[in-house]
Amino acid sequence: MAQKAKTLRDLARMKRALAPGHRACAGCPFPVIVKLVMSATDYPLVVANATGCMEVTTTIFPYTAWPVNWIHNAFENAAATISGVEAAYKALKRKGKIPADKEIKFVAFGGDGGTYDIGLQALSGALERGHNFLYILYNNEGYMNTGIQRSSATPKYASTTTSPAGKVIPGKLQWRKEITDIIIAHNPAYAAQASPAFWSDLIRKVQKALEADGPSFINVISPCQPGWNYPPDLSIELTKLAVETKYWPLYEYKNGGWKVNYKPRKPIPIIEFLKPQRRYKHILNRPELIEEIQQEIERRWERLLKLEEAFPLKE
Amino acid sequence: MAKRKTTRMALTGNEAMAFAMKQINPDVVAAYPITPATQIVELFSKYVADGEVDTEFVPVESEHSAMSACVGASAAGARVMTGTASQGLALMHEILYIASALRLPITMCVVNRTLSAPINIHCDHSDTMGSRDAGWIQIYTENVQEAYASTIVGVKTAEKANLPVMVTTDGFVLSHSMESLDVFDDQDVREFLGQRKPLYNVLDVDNPITVGPLDLQDYFFEHKRGQIEAIFEAKKHIYDAHREFAEFFGIELPVFMEPYRLDDAEYAIVVLGSSAGTGKEVIDNLRDEKGMKVGLLRLRIFRPFPYEELQQVLGKVKYLAVMDRADSLNTMGGPVATEIARALYHLSERPIIHSFVYGLGGRDVPPENFYEVIEKMQWIAAGNTPDRMVTYVGVRE
Repeated sequence: MAQKAKTLRDLARMKRALAPGHRACAGCPFPVIVKLVMSATDYPLVVANATGCMEVTTTIFPYTAWPVNWIHNAFENAAATISGVEAAYKALKRKGKIPADKEIKFVAFGGDGGTYDIGLQALSGALERGHNFLYILYNNEGYMNTGIQRSSATPKYASTTTSPAGKVIPGKLQWRKEITDIIIAHNPAYAAQASPAFWSDLIRKVQKALEADGPSFINVISPCQPGWNYPPDLSIELTKLAVETKYWPLYEYKNGGWKVNYKPRKPIPIIEFLKPQRRYKHILNRPELIEEIQQEIERRWERLLKLEEAFPLKE
Repeated sequence: MAKRKTTRMALTGNEAMAFAMKQINPDVVAAYPITPATQIVELFSKYVADGEVDTEFVPVESEHSAMSACVGASAAGARVMTGTASQGLALMHEILYIASALRLPITMCVVNRTLSAPINIHCDHSDTMGSRDAGWIQIYTENVQEAYASTIVGVKTAEKANLPVMVTTDGFVLSHSMESLDVFDDQDVREFLGQRKPLYNVLDVDNPITVGPLDLQDYFFEHKRGQIEAIFEAKKHIYDAHREFAEFFGIELPVFMEPYRLDDAEYAIVVLGSSAGTGKEVIDNLRDEKGMKVGLLRLRIFRPFPYEELQQVLGKVKYLAVMDRADSLNTMGGPVATEIARALYHLSERPIIHSFVYGLGGRDVPPENFYEVIEKMQWIAAGNTPDRMVTYVGVRE
């Protein structure tokens, strides 16, 4: 059922993408993510979108960039909304109002605000109820649509407009919470972390998620050019550096097991990921803080490797 | 009028509403329990468990998600129902506006219960009055029989008007009181309602649509204006749905209102919901024993507000007492009084209106409340002017 994309040329030919003309910022990677997700499959899709950058930039009336059925309800309820759509699909199919052989897949997109924070309850409920849907978190590590405020996805020491770097306080003081761990605690049919720089890995994960029987979740890193404050041509480069520094491990979870999909042979020090981002400008001359971040990355990486070792993923 | 077969049953308000839902057999029910509406959700889940319906039941984790899932399911073309009360309705508040603005027919059984604080599980209308401007049709019922029938006609109305509908009962007073009522056959209910035929739906994958886009200064007003016009047009759909109900079942329901001994009344009371029953008895006593020209108007549908109908029946009344089971906290009393005053203001002949707030937090509503209201209106008729626009009835001041 899935389209085959082995090379970048194949990828460029894939038709199911956002239409040009949407208002996402220059360099914003979420249109790339949406294209990869939609191109990973030939199934008809129904998309629910949480309020946020993706929703506001792709559907300014009278235009829409979406080539598939799309619904936006509110900020915190993309998972509940897609639950309702999926429940309707099941009911109408059972009652013979939709042909039995008509297979439709359901995808929700939310940013980290709509997922980690205000929409966490609705997502938790939908996962627990076991709806058949894929939730894609495009994670730009802050409330970027409202102008770069901290979220619980914002990493430690990042400066945002509500965790500003000041004379006394060096940006956000808390570590981000591990949303993928929280999702895995629901024992979903499939969960993963992905990065658009590793596009074939992302496509493969979307395909696995859509074939899984039950709820699935993919946390995709999605740098925000104005929010992270870097030259716009570096977006995909940053999503590569995030993986190479072990800041953003690529891994997946299924059947109670973990698999780390990519283990950098020569991991790059985190400073290389932080340096281009002006949200970290204030700590670049504070090696003790950089070291603290490096230590935390190592701790989380080691934990992940131990999980993989103790509970290897079995297909 | 072909009278359909009915069966006599003894049911509480919640049982009757759940029974109507079973007969309707909606495609999707997404609901969360809350006192005093819990039984509706419980009973309906049992119908699902016993295979008496083939509804997809979504036992959500909150009312916010209940309404959100209803929006998704209704946008997918399904016939959708839910039930709630009080805090649950308040938690849905944000999504109520989205349901109506997206023109999604959803039928919701609301068991009226006051809003916190103080926390209290008993009846008043502050919950549904709090969502009066959310673009929903609101039907307030007087008894269990009417709650049952209104649930069925509510679905018909919602789908004709492409608007969501709340059908309410007074918490505990109706929800937990057993009454004997006539119910229809399942088959007749299903035949009456037929299939929902949505204009668009997000499961029509061959004709993709974008639902709920960003709508800015250049288009929002026109779209909101369209929704407002739909509320104007809803009146016609409400009349049509009730007429079709009467033709099909041979039972006539009051539509927007039920006037009671109002024809030559000098004094009149307006009231919603179950208290009307008590009020009617007081009207009977005052008319039959004291010869007073008093009448009552039970307002059944509060949204859309039937101002023309009210002008016709209340214009000739001299002294009008409007009893609200909710206070607007605006120093003028309840919302029904405010809106009736607005509706009658332009008439050349119009009554003197006074607002009464009664029965908050489930305070019992004895006949004395109604006598007190009439006495106050007589006092006003004698040339007295109240200090305030509102009087509180049945409370220790």
